[in-house]
Amino acid sequence: MSVDQAAVRRIARLARIAVDEQEIAHLQDEINAILSFVEELSAVDVEGVEPMTSVIPMRLPMREDVVTDGEIAAKVLANAPLTEGGFFLVPKVVE
Amino acid sequence: MTDPTALTLAEARAALGDKSLSSVELTRAYLAAIDKAKGLNAYVAVTAERALQMAEVSDARRAKGEAGPLEGLPLGIKDLYATEGVHTQACSHILDKFAPAYESTVTSHLWRDGAVMLGKLNMDEFAMGSSNETSYYGPVASPWLPPNWTPERAKAALAGDKKGLLTPGGSSGGSASAVAARLCLAATASDTGGSIRQPAAFTGTVGVKPTYGRCSRWGMVAFASSLDQAGPIARDVRDAAILLRSMAGYDAKDSTCYDAPVPDYETAIGRSVKGLTIGIPREYRIDGMAGEIEALWRQGADWLKAAGAKVVDVSLPHTRHALPAYYIVAPAEASSNLARYDGVRYGLREDGDDIIGLYEKTRAKGFGPEVRRRLMIGTYVLSAGYYDAYYVRAQKIRTLIKRDFETVFAGGVDAILTPATPTAAFGIGEKGSADPVEMYLNDVFTVTVNMAGLPGLVAPAGQSPDGLPLGLQLIGRPFDEETLFALGAAIEQAAPKLKTPAPWWA
Repeated sequence: MSVDQAAVRRIARLARIAVDEQEIAHLQDEINAILSFVEELSAVDVEGVEPMTSVIPMRLPMREDVVTDGEIAAKVLANAPLTEGGFFLVPKVVE
Repeated sequence: MTDPTALTLAEARAALGDKSLSSVELTRAYLAAIDKAKGLNAYVAVTAERALQMAEVSDARRAKGEAGPLEGLPLGIKDLYATEGVHTQACSHILDKFAPAYESTVTSHLWRDGAVMLGKLNMDEFAMGSSNETSYYGPVASPWLPPNWTPERAKAALAGDKKGLLTPGGSSGGSASAVAARLCLAATASDTGGSIRQPAAFTGTVGVKPTYGRCSRWGMVAFASSLDQAGPIARDVRDAAILLRSMAGYDAKDSTCYDAPVPDYETAIGRSVKGLTIGIPREYRIDGMAGEIEALWRQGADWLKAAGAKVVDVSLPHTRHALPAYYIVAPAEASSNLARYDGVRYGLREDGDDIIGLYEKTRAKGFGPEVRRRLMIGTYVLSAGYYDAYYVRAQKIRTLIKRDFETVFAGGVDAILTPATPTAAFGIGEKGSADPVEMYLNDVFTVTVNMAGLPGLVAPAGQSPDGLPLGLQLIGRPFDEETLFALGAAIEQAAPKLKTPAPWWA
């Protein structure tokens, strides 16, 4: 399989990465190089094989459904580029 | 004593123990060495004041008779471990100025045991790379001189773009370079596809990727969560064993962390390997393998045979599919993990016309080319219509890879011996600029271990015809790191001792 330029634009949009128009052809080549590298996998017989979910067989641990952390708004916001009144600040989302 | 940085971690522990050296003296010696080695670019942040303060407190603790297992020993920390209030960026621009409000579990174990933090070590951006060239903070130089280079020529290159100097490998390039150049006693590192073991092989150091779940991943910047694992890079096998014991251990904050006591790995050093069965997988004899690598591998098997182990041929038939499958699984998990970098909650922010524009511009500017490439591949293989063809198929192949190992271990094999890397260290600027896959091939011998969640240890075993370090890899049963330490020590014992690189950079 390989991707065309429209697919590259779509992938960039899905990945939320802005891409300049002049980068598209180069990115297409790189992505196709990787896709051709993984192409051989389509020939492997995986009939009846379960996909890996956990490399080490273990049961997920359970814990009480209670609050164990919180009341640390200042710490949560400490690294934010822009805050106001205890909130993260973003461009207007709803008109 | 002339130079305390010449001591191994075990030797420094003994010197601190008999009071012939203090932690403050040792820490000062390391800070001075780091200061003279700025050109190597191994550290991205040096925490000198904090180090001296930790050393003073440690000396006081020792005076009270309360010394921990790592008491007073100065270590370097890879930049992807969260260290409270200190530079933690996984060497990415997108985490600009990020200083976490919490400490990773692994580093908190080190401080609990008395260790001293010297600073944060350079790495490939988000651990994506095999040469430390994708770091936002620039490449790291290996302390090993390129073949036929004079120290003067190397020093001039260090002051310039570093082209032609050797890479220490990656992604834990800063860790490997710092340990090999004696800029710390030992370092934390992390391994998703070979990021501890390949740099160890390139720099003549020892690297251990423990079994998945042995160390807590809490507070480590995530790359591919089902593959990532913490581990040490150290000067010898004993030092690696000492450090891993402190790093490992159960943590309720990581649901994949293994709940079982941590053995005293150091007791495995010097343990007889007589009667152990060592598998030599024929599929690792790849096309065009360098003669020196093949010879080293054979030599390693002979050493273990001479030490009383039995060497048998084994087959791991799905080996060749591991690297392509990895380049689906790892980018897929990365695209999900790295979705959190959005310019809102921490790090870099580039303004846009709307919220989507803010995300897209921030991520375009904040991620380097290799990270962007992998995120796009990961997004593609997880997207509607391709998920089954790529991602689910790769996870099925992963099951087959793991089954290969299980079959071999069930057949009575205690550990598997392989080369660590296809070649010795290469130069900065030499690989991967035209075709990203060229760089990926570095991990051909190491990536299977992550795909199967197994422990792997790389120890220096010889030198290339050009005099560069070469390593061998031992792969063990799940949670049987002890056998790897015993076998690694046997190889270390038999192998000719590498000469430490002279400090041409100082």
